[in-house]
Amino acid sequence: MAHQETFETVTGCRIRIMRKGQGQPLLFLHGASGAANWLPFMDMLAQNYDVIVPEHPGFGGSATPQWLDTVGDLAHFYRDLIDHLGLTSVHLVGTSLGGWIAAELATFTCEKIKSLTLVAPAGISVPGVRKGDMFMWSPEELASKLFHNQELARSVPQPATEEAVMLMLKNRLMTAKLGWSPRMHNPHLRKWLHRITAPTLIIWGDDDQLLPPAYGPAYRDLIPSSSLHIIAQCGHLPHVEKAQEFVTHVTQFTQEVA
Amino acid sequence: MKLYMMHLMPYADLDLDYDKTHNSAWITLPNSYYDPKKGAKLYNRYLDELEYADQLGFDGVCVNEHHQNAYGLMPQPGVMAGALARRTKHVKIAILGRALPLLNNPVTVAEEFAMIDNITEGRFIAGFVRGIGAEYHAWSSNPADSHERFHEAHDLIVRAWTEIGPFPFEGKHYQFEYVNLWPRPYQTPRPPIWIPSQGSSETIEWASHPDRRYTYLQTFTPAAMLAKYMQMYKDMAAEHGYEATEDQLGWSVPVYVGETDEIARREAQPHIENFLNKFLRMPKEMLLPPGYLSLKSMIGVMKAKSAIGGKQTIDDVMDKGMFICGSPQTVRQKLEQYQKEIGFGHLLTLLQFGTLPADLTRKNMELFAKEVMPHLQARGTTPAVSEPAFS
Repeated sequence: MAHQETFETVTGCRIRIMRKGQGQPLLFLHGASGAANWLPFMDMLAQNYDVIVPEHPGFGGSATPQWLDTVGDLAHFYRDLIDHLGLTSVHLVGTSLGGWIAAELATFTCEKIKSLTLVAPAGISVPGVRKGDMFMWSPEELASKLFHNQELARSVPQPATEEAVMLMLKNRLMTAKLGWSPRMHNPHLRKWLHRITAPTLIIWGDDDQLLPPAYGPAYRDLIPSSSLHIIAQCGHLPHVEKAQEFVTHVTQFTQEVA
Repeated sequence: MKLYMMHLMPYADLDLDYDKTHNSAWITLPNSYYDPKKGAKLYNRYLDELEYADQLGFDGVCVNEHHQNAYGLMPQPGVMAGALARRTKHVKIAILGRALPLLNNPVTVAEEFAMIDNITEGRFIAGFVRGIGAEYHAWSSNPADSHERFHEAHDLIVRAWTEIGPFPFEGKHYQFEYVNLWPRPYQTPRPPIWIPSQGSSETIEWASHPDRRYTYLQTFTPAAMLAKYMQMYKDMAAEHGYEATEDQLGWSVPVYVGETDEIARREAQPHIENFLNKFLRMPKEMLLPPGYLSLKSMIGVMKAKSAIGGKQTIDDVMDKGMFICGSPQTVRQKLEQYQKEIGFGHLLTLLQFGTLPADLTRKNMELFAKEVMPHLQARGTTPAVSEPAFS
């Protein structure tokens, strides 16, 4: 069965949402490249969960609202979205930029967050650990550096139509707006990560060239009830590059929590 | 027509083999390539050249701002304008310009420009730009906020120059309880404002608006495009119900004059090609960070696929009218023809470019000043309509 695709207007912003599956709700917050397509890991998760994949305001098929300036704005927006969808207990999963949003949200309140999974999340800076500069990489370099498996990297399709190019540029623009400086982090976030009360799983690829795996222990040490799982031979996108291992861990973690 | 000498002050001693290991002369080229002993000599040589332009009878000298690169060594152009302010006697001094979106505090530029305007007793021309894309990498300024910050900083600076302070300023990016400029600018109501651009209909529309009537300066562009953009300015002015004067239109172009066409081409070739292929070299991601251009313009650029960095020859740029090179007669004829067809009132000549050494730069300046300039200066410029006063 195919996923369902709808548009919802939340906080004055029309956003695109993909959804599929039965079970406890799992809200997935995408990274800098958006969520144009329903991916294999989403399908695997949908076997056990009601998987909800919105595109952030300012990304992909969603509108760009006037009020959007910071990742904090998106974190507040997703509190509105959770209320709008009537979710009272949700597994929140965020990757990269989406992980940053999820972490910010969880510092405000974990009232409706049953569990938190952060996949190579942006959001903090670790002194002495140099991040990659995705804004300086060509599209080919970006593909190469996001993956450990270079065969997989080469198979990533470059946008072919003008519409696809436009979406890519739109996502890139909003990523810059939110994360150009300070580069992909909020200097104040680390002060409040101890507020996160939801059980938290942090996942990192051991060959992440954008946000190095040294970020994993830093995040783990800042969030009290968290554990860190490193995936071997994996780049910045564990949910894509190691979909099966990723899904197994998320499923196991969320079931233990439940 | 008014004639100016523009200088980029490149690091002419750059090891030109840098491109075997680095993809750009900007941002990521290690500054170990810069030798302060050589750089000091270059700074003083370049300042001497601009002072010499004053003696040769140019109407003005121009400097600009670029960061972290070998292409132009003026990250703080106010330093150069300050040095020139006391050593020149007649020329206008133009900073073309400061990149406003990079500023954490635009009042610093309002102050600096007002100081130069006072020291020179009104010989100052202010330029405002967004800077090229690379500056946003160099200064960590968010390119996605570039347009917003440009307009807000501009409004703040112009108000600081023209309104009696103190007044508060509450913008999205800049906030002040007290704006109260000491010194006020020497010129009334403020220094002339020029807007350099590589061609953008948005910029032309903004500059030509009757509230502003800023001089639009087309930089390093094929002559055909120059004509198109200048016409666009005139058309937009006409739509607003006024006629644009030549004083509102300027062109900045590298020029080399030799004794004959053949000598000029031979002498200029390696240096203009170094300028094009070594000093301007940068990848698209560096030149066009996200948000620097509108999404529509970005699509256009991506379709064109011809990023700066593609190898160019002296003939490419001469054919396109991006480089004026030849005997005094050739250069005079070409410039007169462009001026007649396109109708600009300010010509900014880049008489040193790339690796062009001191002796050839001086010879170029002298031949231009003696054999070309008098003919062009004599060409009538429609009298400037004074820009509207700001309350």
